[in-house]
Amino acid sequence: MAAPRFTPGLARRSAVVLALFSDAACAQAVQPQWRPLTFAVFAAIIGLTLFVTWRAARRVKTSADFYAAGGAISGLQNGWAIAGDYLSAASFLGIAGLISLYGFDGFMYSVGWLVAYITVLLVIAEPCRNIGRYTMGDILAFRNNPRTVKACMALSTITVATFYLTAQMVGGGVLVKTLIGIDYEYSVIAVGVLMLGYVLFGGMVATTYVQIIKAVLLVVASLVMVFLVWAQYGFGGPAYFQAVIDNAAIQARVADLLGDAGTSLTGAELGRRFLEPGLYLKSPIDQISLGMALVFGTAGMPHILMRFFTVPSAQAARTSVIWAMAIIGGFYVLTLFLGTGAAMLVGPTDILAADRGGNMAAPLLAQFLGGGPDALLGNLMLSFVAAVAFATIVAVVAGLVLAAASAMSHDIWVGVIKGEHATDAEETRAARICSLLVGAIAIAIGILAQGQNVAHLVALAFAVAASANLPVILLTLYWRRCNTAGVVAGLVVGTTAAIGLVLVSPNMTYPTQVRATQQALIDSHLARMAELGVGDESGELLNLHKAVAVAEAEIAKLGTRTTSLVGLDAPLFSLRNPGLVSIPLGFLAVIIGSLCYRDRRAEDMWEELYVRSNTGIGRSGASAH
Amino acid sequence: MQRDDNRWVIIHADPAFQALHDQKTRFLWGLMFFAVGYYFLLPIGAAWFTDLYRRPVWGPINVGLLFALSQFVVAWGVAWLYARRAARFDEMAAAIARKAEAS
Repeated sequence: MAAPRFTPGLARRSAVVLALFSDAACAQAVQPQWRPLTFAVFAAIIGLTLFVTWRAARRVKTSADFYAAGGAISGLQNGWAIAGDYLSAASFLGIAGLISLYGFDGFMYSVGWLVAYITVLLVIAEPCRNIGRYTMGDILAFRNNPRTVKACMALSTITVATFYLTAQMVGGGVLVKTLIGIDYEYSVIAVGVLMLGYVLFGGMVATTYVQIIKAVLLVVASLVMVFLVWAQYGFGGPAYFQAVIDNAAIQARVADLLGDAGTSLTGAELGRRFLEPGLYLKSPIDQISLGMALVFGTAGMPHILMRFFTVPSAQAARTSVIWAMAIIGGFYVLTLFLGTGAAMLVGPTDILAADRGGNMAAPLLAQFLGGGPDALLGNLMLSFVAAVAFATIVAVVAGLVLAAASAMSHDIWVGVIKGEHATDAEETRAARICSLLVGAIAIAIGILAQGQNVAHLVALAFAVAASANLPVILLTLYWRRCNTAGVVAGLVVGTTAAIGLVLVSPNMTYPTQVRATQQALIDSHLARMAELGVGDESGELLNLHKAVAVAEAEIAKLGTRTTSLVGLDAPLFSLRNPGLVSIPLGFLAVIIGSLCYRDRRAEDMWEELYVRSNTGIGRSGASAH
Repeated sequence: MQRDDNRWVIIHADPAFQALHDQKTRFLWGLMFFAVGYYFLLPIGAAWFTDLYRRPVWGPINVGLLFALSQFVVAWGVAWLYARRAARFDEMAAAIARKAEAS
């Protein structure tokens, strides 16, 4: 298991330290005596969503109700629902955590997630509303060969949804475990079963209301916390950031991050450094590549696009994006204060101790603001934030499952297999069966992927959406020559390029490299331990023991593997985010494919598509092909 | 499609529709390029103009922080600008639709 270079004695000692360490890591944010309170808060919020689902279930009679809430959602409601669909636990807990640990870079990271909606607003939302009916496949089928493009688009939708789902399920399982200490498997099952309850019984109607409830709770919780944080610093702008700079814990954190480069800086300089770029994002090209995936990928996300079929008109679609931008943007501005507030009041050391990714920053801040781990109010606030985070995961997963299930039932089953010949009752039943299937798969993947590093899957989902889905939709809507061959080429090339580049990128584990780095770490720690001797009381020795144990565990995790998943010793492609290369490739493939083959139908339909997408004429019959 | 295919070709060729197309194309893609370009200045600046980002503007608040915050204002500004202009596009589209229904 472990590398053979260790003496058995040392390995045993490390194993003991490791056991202690993992025990400490298992301690959840909510202390056992407060668990009944936490469960009560969870029950209240879940009960509210189930009540709404029960009410919604009576309204879901046709397939239009199931897929698109009968087109009866208002612009304002849809704006909140889009925000609810989009603000995943990663953006709520993750970005607040990044800001609390890395300052400016964490905030900069959040900007792309909002700017992405400009693409959605200006060129995607309204035409899609006018042309599509329930799925992305509908939009493409308007002028291209319906069977071919629906089959390809459905596969791409399911691919994107699966990547995103896996990240959400695994992230959600870990999160619930860290927050309240329920076993990982039970957390995953709880998320899956609850989500299935909303989707199966209430379809898009219930999913929409659950997303609205969750978005409202999230924004209210954040507003209250930011108010309480800011109140401590007199509601001043410069005064607040001066407090950030002067904070000793933040200065120590920056000194830690800078290492040797920080030794010559004064405390004030270290504090200022927290509000300057460069502590987290080291590779600008990678950063730009991620930015491209966000800005072009959001508009190709099936669960986001699907939301535009739930409103009655293109105007309502526009209103909903504008509301969504106000809510999402406002929320990210709040996270700047949540993150810096957590850094000042809780401190980066405690945040890191609770979770290495910083995900506990917001929950711990809530607990602190309510009076700390021993106060009733503190635990009530912690429970509330934990329950909102849980609702967030369930709501986002529900949206994704609905999108994947619609692609399966509406595009593949009805469109491809039955050749559009299915009664409405049959289609609604198919949609429910597909939801059940996708939900079961999501739970299974969630459990199987336990312990895997899935963080890059979110970026991969956006990369596939930006490289495959967006080019084919954009060019179908705006380019006369675009046709079936182009769409197929774009979907195949865009998806393969994005996934292929990630498979050979630094995101994958390269055992030889990991072993070498960890071994070097262990060697340097062991040398330092030998220097200190056994009698050291400063605590450094214990920390070194822990660090060695962690490094050994990393090596042990590799087993006997020597190459990455695709058999490489080292990455072939140096960027973590493939967008910079795969997005242009996707567009190029659509253009070349369209120019190489002629498709009379696609060209003949152009005027109709373009007139309809710009005027909304004849929307009710938009997919009567 | 059991419709008169000519119908769409006629609307498409109508000067009123062409005017809508020209105005929309110019306005939307212009705004789009501006907004996306403005966004990419943020990571580019953070990587290659770090000294500028560090310059203090208002007490502890530096250029970088203000520029990052300005991204939100610009995104909202773009949305507001579009919403205002889109009212005119809606009127043009409604007129085209009315004419199409009448013929």
